[in-house]
Amino acid sequence: MTETREGLDAPTVPKLFVNEHTASDESNTVIDVNKLDVHYGTFCAVRGVSMKIKENRVTAFIGPSGCGKSTVLRCFNRMNDLIPGARVTGEINFFGQDLYAAEVDPTEMRSRVGMVFQKPNPFPKSIYDNVAFGLKVNGYTGNYPDAVERSLKRAALWGEVKDRLKENALQLSGGQQQRLCIARALAPEPEVLLMDEPASALDPISTLAIEQLINDLCKDVSIIIVTHNMQQAARVSHETAFFMVNDDRAGYLVEFDDTSKIFTNPNDERTEAYITGRFS
Amino acid sequence: MSDPTTDDGEPRFRRRSKTWEGGAVKWLFLACALVSILTTVGILVSLVINAWGFFTEIPIWDYLFGTRWSPILKPRDYGVLPLVSGTLLVTLIGALVAVPIGLASAIFLSEYAPDRLRRIIKPVLEILGGIPTVVYGYFALTWVTPQIQKILPDLLVFNALSAGLVLGLMIIPMVSSLSEDAMLAVPRSLKQAAYALGATRLEVSISIVVPAALSGVIAACIIGISRAIGETMLVTIAAGATPKLTLNPLESIQTMTAYIVQLSLGETPHGSLEFNTIFAVGLLLFFMTLVMNVGGHYVVRRWGLRYE
Repeated sequence: MTETREGLDAPTVPKLFVNEHTASDESNTVIDVNKLDVHYGTFCAVRGVSMKIKENRVTAFIGPSGCGKSTVLRCFNRMNDLIPGARVTGEINFFGQDLYAAEVDPTEMRSRVGMVFQKPNPFPKSIYDNVAFGLKVNGYTGNYPDAVERSLKRAALWGEVKDRLKENALQLSGGQQQRLCIARALAPEPEVLLMDEPASALDPISTLAIEQLINDLCKDVSIIIVTHNMQQAARVSHETAFFMVNDDRAGYLVEFDDTSKIFTNPNDERTEAYITGRFS
Repeated sequence: MSDPTTDDGEPRFRRRSKTWEGGAVKWLFLACALVSILTTVGILVSLVINAWGFFTEIPIWDYLFGTRWSPILKPRDYGVLPLVSGTLLVTLIGALVAVPIGLASAIFLSEYAPDRLRRIIKPVLEILGGIPTVVYGYFALTWVTPQIQKILPDLLVFNALSAGLVLGLMIIPMVSSLSEDAMLAVPRSLKQAAYALGATRLEVSISIVVPAALSGVIAACIIGISRAIGETMLVTIAAGATPKLTLNPLESIQTMTAYIVQLSLGETPHGSLEFNTIFAVGLLLFFMTLVMNVGGHYVVRRWGLRYE
């Protein structure tokens, strides 16, 4: 309900291109990608990606379908490990630690890099249990009800569900389900939140709610969002990476810069062609 | 031009096939569908009619709650509980073997095994389900029992324990194959969400996959167990022919099915009270498996999780 009210009454569309803190070079690097290649079997899906993701920023990945932006995103929490035949080469440093080093336990690491998926995918359990799941598997020993409440508040869902925590999560609306998934991902208090087209299955009002949420969350978590919606990238992100796909279907990074620069004065003419819609 | 007839007055959309053809096909399919239903009804009717003869002489109360079963030898008693306890004892042992092992192998197949391994193991498991039960029976009698006797010298040659253990082995493929189907149907997005939260493979299996597939898993167990209740050859060979009200698995017992075999192979005249006992036992067996199956359907409908 509040979701609708906020969405409709919001007098201004979230400001384009203007974010409170414009990107500056002093901020820390969270994820440092160096010459990343991803293969599925013999097929090369992503080639030669190098980039530095900054702390407490929203970074958007845009580009045409099949350009490997989701694949790159899934390297950051090693979800590609689950795909048979996937092979990742190059380096991904997370606060200086190589994520693909032999001693890294992917399950341990995933509690520090949360992920939200395209389609809301709450577990068929209660709202409470959905949020508590991430705490449980990470051996959280603190006060569970408090931690669940905190996460739901951070995801701007607490007010709508506080009286029905025992209800099945699948009874929530699509937008609420997605915010529940965000709360669930936030519960283990990750430093980075990966979002793979988090609003593409939602209606415009729910989408707006998610975007506002992203804006609030980036104060204490670094967010990387894959989106097909260029207006969305422009609205929510501080920095934007533009990917394209080669003739041999391998994705690569074309340009990575401040969002305002990418959308107003990109260096590469392919970027300009894409954002102005001259090719898809 | 919305005129439904053509220029020469013929209707535009004529039936191309003769109506009798469509009708005949429909009746043919209906007849096929009725075969199994009519068979079931026929069996039930013949059971009830023949059991009726039995219950006119023996009060149903004495039958259901009597604790001594000796329909042939004097002093005669017609209490079915020893046969029921024998059946349940063997089934319980079988379930204790089949449910944990079947579930574990289903989890292994759906969550751990690489695709190539699953493609080999699954057909092999299903072939196990095709081995004639008489083979399992002799396996229990001539191999399993002697092995257990090395540890438990008190074990009789015919005993509930090895029959139950082998019965369990026999229904593992059914339990694991059906549960695995249910587990594979759990949406990948749920598993991915759990992995992305830092869950291990075991945590994903136990706290996401099994609960989400629970209705299918329970149905698999119930189908397996009702198969075990009705299993005949294995228990006839390996469990013995001594109706006994006991829960001691080391003893020789007799199951309901084994009793029916024993009596129908004997020289008891048709229509006699002794002969009609097998219909009374059969009717009870029918109701036991019916209750299991109806219960299974109820569980699936009541607890079946919807993912969206």
